[in-house]
Amino acid sequence: MTLHDQNYNFGYLDEQTKRMVRRALLKALAIPGYQVPFASREMPMPYGWGTGGVQVTAACLTPEDTLKVIDQGADDTTNAVSIRKFFQRTAGVAVTEHTEQASLIQTRHRIPETPLTEGQILVYQVPIPEPLRFLEPRETETRRMHALEDYGLMYVKLYEDIAHNGEISTAYAYPVKVEGRYVMDPSPIPRFDNPKLESAAIQLFGAGREQRIYALPPYCQVVSLDFEDHPFEASKADHDCDLCGCATSYLDEIIVDDAGGRMFICSDTDFCAGRQAAGHIGRLSGKDTA
Amino acid sequence: MKMIQVSDVSKSFVLHNQGGAVIPVMAGASLSVAPGECVALVGNSGAGKSTLMRMIWGNYLCGSGSIVVGGVDVSRAAPREVLRMRREVLGYVSQFLRVVPRVPTLEVVAEPALAAGGGRAAALDKARALLARLNVPEPLWALSPTTFSGGEQQRVNIARGFVHEVPAMLLDEPTASLDATNRGVVLDLILEAKARGAAIVGIFHDEAGRAAVCDREIDVSRFAPAECA
Amino acid sequence: MTPLLQVKGVTKHYGARLGCGDVSLDLYPGEVMGIVGESGSGKSTLLSCLAGHLMPDAGEVIYDTRAQGPRDVLGMSEPERRMLGRTDWAFVHQNPRDGLRMGVSAGANVGERLMAVGARHYGQIREQAVDWLGRVEIAADRIDDRPRAFSGGMQQRLQIARNLVTGPRLVFMDEPTGGLDVSVQARLLDLLRGLVREMGLSAIVVTHDLAVVRLLADRLMVMKDGAVVETGLTDQVLDDPQHGYTQLLVSSVLQV
Repeated sequence: MTLHDQNYNFGYLDEQTKRMVRRALLKALAIPGYQVPFASREMPMPYGWGTGGVQVTAACLTPEDTLKVIDQGADDTTNAVSIRKFFQRTAGVAVTEHTEQASLIQTRHRIPETPLTEGQILVYQVPIPEPLRFLEPRETETRRMHALEDYGLMYVKLYEDIAHNGEISTAYAYPVKVEGRYVMDPSPIPRFDNPKLESAAIQLFGAGREQRIYALPPYCQVVSLDFEDHPFEASKADHDCDLCGCATSYLDEIIVDDAGGRMFICSDTDFCAGRQAAGHIGRLSGKDTA
Repeated sequence: MKMIQVSDVSKSFVLHNQGGAVIPVMAGASLSVAPGECVALVGNSGAGKSTLMRMIWGNYLCGSGSIVVGGVDVSRAAPREVLRMRREVLGYVSQFLRVVPRVPTLEVVAEPALAAGGGRAAALDKARALLARLNVPEPLWALSPTTFSGGEQQRVNIARGFVHEVPAMLLDEPTASLDATNRGVVLDLILEAKARGAAIVGIFHDEAGRAAVCDREIDVSRFAPAECA
Repeated sequence: MTPLLQVKGVTKHYGARLGCGDVSLDLYPGEVMGIVGESGSGKSTLLSCLAGHLMPDAGEVIYDTRAQGPRDVLGMSEPERRMLGRTDWAFVHQNPRDGLRMGVSAGANVGERLMAVGARHYGQIREQAVDWLGRVEIAADRIDDRPRAFSGGMQQRLQIARNLVTGPRLVFMDEPTGGLDVSVQARLLDLLRGLVREMGLSAIVVTHDLAVVRLLADRLMVMKDGAVVETGLTDQVLDDPQHGYTQLLVSSVLQV
């Protein structure tokens, strides 16, 4: 018998790395919103392409998992396709584009429209985990500010938004406070998705270049920061989806010609396709827009 | 009950940077001033009139002896007690005007009354009345006194000294560089202060003025230390 | 009356070299204390120790807190000390860049301390910012400009507004008028004096400018080589200095 359990080496990472990442994940789940340092490894892709998310995904995958990968809500963009293929090849897991069939979803910059359920894991790719970074460049100081719950500076940012734009104009990576304790950057998801951060699923955040992991356990409290007289609002484009007619999903704006023509479609491709299959139609359904 | 009581005071200066030279300037100085009394310090230049006055004000340290003003022993009191005495008990009209540049004359004059905790409106009214009485032209009130002529600065100083009514006063040449009219106003102010019971110590080179307001003269050359006498 | 601040035997070494040695003082409410001395005399080290920016090797710094009465600041936990530092205390740096956030607007600079202690109403924060800009003579229409667009004197006044907005009782100032034009200095001194009187502030002002302490400080402490050589009423120390070093300092001032 060998000292090493081969199952532990499943999914690209070596056993020791997997243990290390899992330990960081457990700690992150135990302290919601707290950034746990971890020894991020080189991945076979450049920083900024999701190396943090990939390591978290690899550390969580088991042979029974079904994986879905999305990039800005879509299953069919380069980044999503290549990460999905990467795990198909290195772990041999089943893959899907259907949110409800996936046990593990890796995402870049979106939360699926279909509500997640208990037992699912959502892994975020995070470029800059530190919400205070652009206000306070010193890492030593931001860590102390988290330790002392010294978050006045975060409100300075929101104050500046209102002073210069008349409203809180931060549209993505909108800061949240987790369980009344840590202020957290939810990764560059649109603020439309912020309410979905309170979820039945486990949410894990991996920042490869910055070597940080943080997490939201199921059902933990996540509050978007705001002012009493300028409350948080989850905003979206004021249109319905032109393909499935949905009035409540987050939309992408697409320029379709040189004459100012444009259309709005769901950013979540699986959600939109599901609605179209169920017979929902939008303004441009059935027309050739390509 | 004496308002100002100076007992057996001596003073010498030690010049540490000039070979530690010790220069005794006063010994055995004693005087007392009762409420409503005005005492003139006289003596030749360099006899120690200003030195004694500065010691009463707490500006110079007292070498030995005691100086009690309104119950506070200036020679031993903590700085904050001296400061409180200056706010509440003892007024001082010096020959020099030392103020923050840019502050309007009216504010400069009202400051002692404000510092003593009087209402702002009342303090400013009192300041206006005094400036008017001392014939400081009204257009100047909003300007800083730092650029005024010697006589104008002197009158600002006097107004500042009389704006808050205190039971004891030190006057260093209050009538110097004043014309006849204003000299008369200042002498009236001193007489009024005496009438309400203020104990006053003054230095007057103006002999007629001195005679008009002072009850007694003390020749400070009596207090010259032995080796200088 | 209880002193607002009691300093007992504060000593700080940098390695073998003495920063400041065995300094004691009492500061009462409403008092302004000046600390003078040449560069390297230990006055800035002392100020940093008192303000909690440096941990002294020995000594006590006892502050009369609003809630619990006199407490040793050095024994407080860091969150407590930080809270004190942004509510009841203020620190005015010589260089406004050290005390301001240059990248955010004047209004946000003033509002930061309010937000740090829990203000969450934008309209009220802004109202207070406008009020304080007015009190330091900065026009209300500059509220959304960044400090970079301000002159040196305005920056210093903004720093003062940012510090005083939470109504502190004790202000530490490190060369508050250093690096400013003489005319701007006068205006700032006047402003500081007015604020000290109106708000009943206590202050410790470190400077090498004797003219500044004469106009601003009630009491004076003279430091040399890390030690206090003379203390007393400001005008008494300046006009009748007792220690050789103070005599040298006073006689070295250039007259205009």
